[in-house]
Amino acid sequence: METVAVQPKTKLWTGGRSPFNVSYGKLMMWYFLMSDAFTFGAFLISYGTIRFSQNFWADPNHVFNAFPFAGHTNLPLAFVSIMTFILILSSVTMVLAVHAGHNMDRKGVEKYMVFTILGGLAFLSCQAWEWTHLITGDHQVLVNGAIQHWGTTTTHNPWGHEVMFNGTEVATPGPIAFGGYFFGITGFHGFHVFSGVVINSVMLIKTRLRHFEERGHYEMIEKAGLYWHFVDLVWVFVFLCFYLI
Amino acid sequence: MSNEAILHDQHFGTHDAPHAHEHHDHESFITKYVFSQDHKMISKQFLTTGIIWAIIGGLFSVIFRLQLGYPDSTFPWLQDLLGHWAKGGKLDPEFYYSLVTMHGTILVFFVLTAGLSGTFANFLIPLQIGARDMASPFLNMLSYWFFFTASMVMLSSLFVQTGPASGGWTIYPPLSALGEASEGSKIGMDLWLVSMALFIVSTLLGGLNYISTILNMRTKGMSMTRMPLTIWALFFTAILGVLSFPVLLSGAILLLFDRNLGTSFYLSDIVINGKILPNEGGSPILFQHLFWFLGHPEVYIIVLPAMGMVSEIMAINSRKPIFGYMAMVGSLFAITSLAFLVWAHHMFVSGLNPFLGSFFVLLTLLIAVPSAIKVFNWLTTLWRGNIRFTPGMLFAIGFVSMFISGGLTGIFLGNSALDIHLHDTYFIVAHFHIVMGVAGFFGMFAGLYHWFPKMYGRYMNNTLAYIHFWVTLIGAYLIFWPMHYEGLAGMPRRYYDFSSWESFKMFAGLNEFISFVSIIVFAAQLLFVVNFFYSIFKGRKVTTQNPWGATSLEWTTPIRPGHGNWLGEIPEVYRWPYDYGKDGRDFIPQTEPVGEHESKH
Repeated sequence: METVAVQPKTKLWTGGRSPFNVSYGKLMMWYFLMSDAFTFGAFLISYGTIRFSQNFWADPNHVFNAFPFAGHTNLPLAFVSIMTFILILSSVTMVLAVHAGHNMDRKGVEKYMVFTILGGLAFLSCQAWEWTHLITGDHQVLVNGAIQHWGTTTTHNPWGHEVMFNGTEVATPGPIAFGGYFFGITGFHGFHVFSGVVINSVMLIKTRLRHFEERGHYEMIEKAGLYWHFVDLVWVFVFLCFYLI
Repeated sequence: MSNEAILHDQHFGTHDAPHAHEHHDHESFITKYVFSQDHKMISKQFLTTGIIWAIIGGLFSVIFRLQLGYPDSTFPWLQDLLGHWAKGGKLDPEFYYSLVTMHGTILVFFVLTAGLSGTFANFLIPLQIGARDMASPFLNMLSYWFFFTASMVMLSSLFVQTGPASGGWTIYPPLSALGEASEGSKIGMDLWLVSMALFIVSTLLGGLNYISTILNMRTKGMSMTRMPLTIWALFFTAILGVLSFPVLLSGAILLLFDRNLGTSFYLSDIVINGKILPNEGGSPILFQHLFWFLGHPEVYIIVLPAMGMVSEIMAINSRKPIFGYMAMVGSLFAITSLAFLVWAHHMFVSGLNPFLGSFFVLLTLLIAVPSAIKVFNWLTTLWRGNIRFTPGMLFAIGFVSMFISGGLTGIFLGNSALDIHLHDTYFIVAHFHIVMGVAGFFGMFAGLYHWFPKMYGRYMNNTLAYIHFWVTLIGAYLIFWPMHYEGLAGMPRRYYDFSSWESFKMFAGLNEFISFVSIIVFAAQLLFVVNFFYSIFKGRKVTTQNPWGATSLEWTTPIRPGHGNWLGEIPEVYRWPYDYGKDGRDFIPQTEPVGEHESKH
């Protein structure tokens, strides 16, 4: 490395080389991520416009307060915090995998890719539990003067205003856009995580088959890593928009 | 492992001729013509598919023009062709809307996006920047096959019982979101959305390839400012596509959910057939924003490649350098940037806040500046040039004519106050057909006539080409010019029959005239198709490497280049591509080193 001559600045764009010193594959990945950012951006902005056109929106502390095996204990945002933590941890193991790749350490790459894949699967499992809980969980809702039992779906929202009914506090139907956007956007993100797990698994297999060792570099791991970090970053925004605001 | 070593592993620059040459000898039919990874073959696949779509889309317009021009007549052969959609030879109103919708969808996306960018970006980028192939030939192949699959899904929607989508090419909800709303909003609409999703994947794969090829794989000496303007135009087109199509994808996915999962993204307070729908809180305007965030850049995705090719062809056939190269690049950049900031001018009458509208008026009218720069540069390139009126050149000049005529009416429409009167009338039909439809086609024809010798090693027939040009040019003006008058008089677009409207009865003769001309123009396009396919096999053979006396790199390859393009080393580039009529020489190829006493351009 120390002997690589520094190219004069003017030579970068004159052809015969990559001006950014990156392979076409990484360049494509960056542009793809930009494109994908627009897809998520469009979703989140749509969500924002609809949400803020409503007079009332469900309180996330109220909606997301369940925890597996904890019964009806009120634990606002505890479960989703653990999900987020898992996803961020999987990003850390991804960094370690890329780092091991730089050192041509095949065993290291394999180990950390396994952790990353496990992290992704754990996140997806958590999401599956959360969705199931929301859809099947049944809540009393006051509809046309009678109590009905609703789950949270794309067509029903049991998290509306609370009113007094026969001496107890009961919810009224909330804006139905809630379910559509929540399941739509977290689902689209989950689909990205799922694709990431598939990509990472292919990378793991290729690493085990020594494909990258023979090629002399682990750049594919880096590209998979770029995608994985992006998916992670998108989750931060999704988390912010649905759970914190 | 250093970054350098990874870079050297890539095949650009270091992938030398002997390899590139060897492997095409034992290609099978499947790998050479079907699942080809050669950018030239993929370009021809896009082109052929595009031509087939253009015939279908054009035929649709002829059929609905029959209804508009001859509302009282019946055409029994229509029943043979369309069955229950034209009972007794009279077009069914529902199917009329399907035809209009599919005409728009096919021409805008399948012909003028995939057929135009797909063909010329694939063909010209590696050849003009000096690369053996695209950055990723495999993804490039996938790009075509996603387009093919999208085409098949869209085609299949023509054959379902309830017919293809019929809500207009902009598929505004709630009409498109509710199957009960119309026949075309049933399964046809789902197929439309699925097809477009596949199409977006195809554009994305193509676009990523074009961008990374242009940035990473230019040959030695090919700095960005030595690239032909075609490449600049295709580069900006790809960026537009990569950043705007994903937003349409979001919009389409939400619409699919509204249709099939009972969500309410775009739906609120709707009563249909006396039944109150439970949907609440959605906004149809939201869809319009998502749609036009792509929809507006889309018109530049169509017209930018045409602009690039026209600049190139015009300089070559005027035997003069392009006037204002940097201004051309700058105006392309300006158009690309502004393209993202003007989408709401399609929505002035949607209930958009008029105050917000005024910003969009300003930004829209600003586009006139780079557009005018381009037009003046083309005219000054022609000025005192030694013009050769080849078919390619004629179509390039025709493009400029169309772009001026259609662009001027854009200034009318960009004003939100005037738009209240003009929106959704024939004025707008005339405007966008001239400025992006016909102009886009002219750019495509110019490119085809010009690069056909490079594509197939043969020439197209000139006589047929001249007939094609004059009939198309005159015909296009005869079709669309009168529509301005109809639109100014308030005649609305998308209507099935004007004969029952007292105010539009006076246009019966004009409508008949327009329909009559459109049939002739359609026939002239078939002449082109015949010329095209005949010339592939029987055209006059190209015998010289550089038949047009052009400077750019594609003309340094063999007459019929194999996979890998150049036999030996990729040539090095020493100058810009517009050294025509310099120092007493007709032209100086890009590959010639700058001489000691050469004047500066």
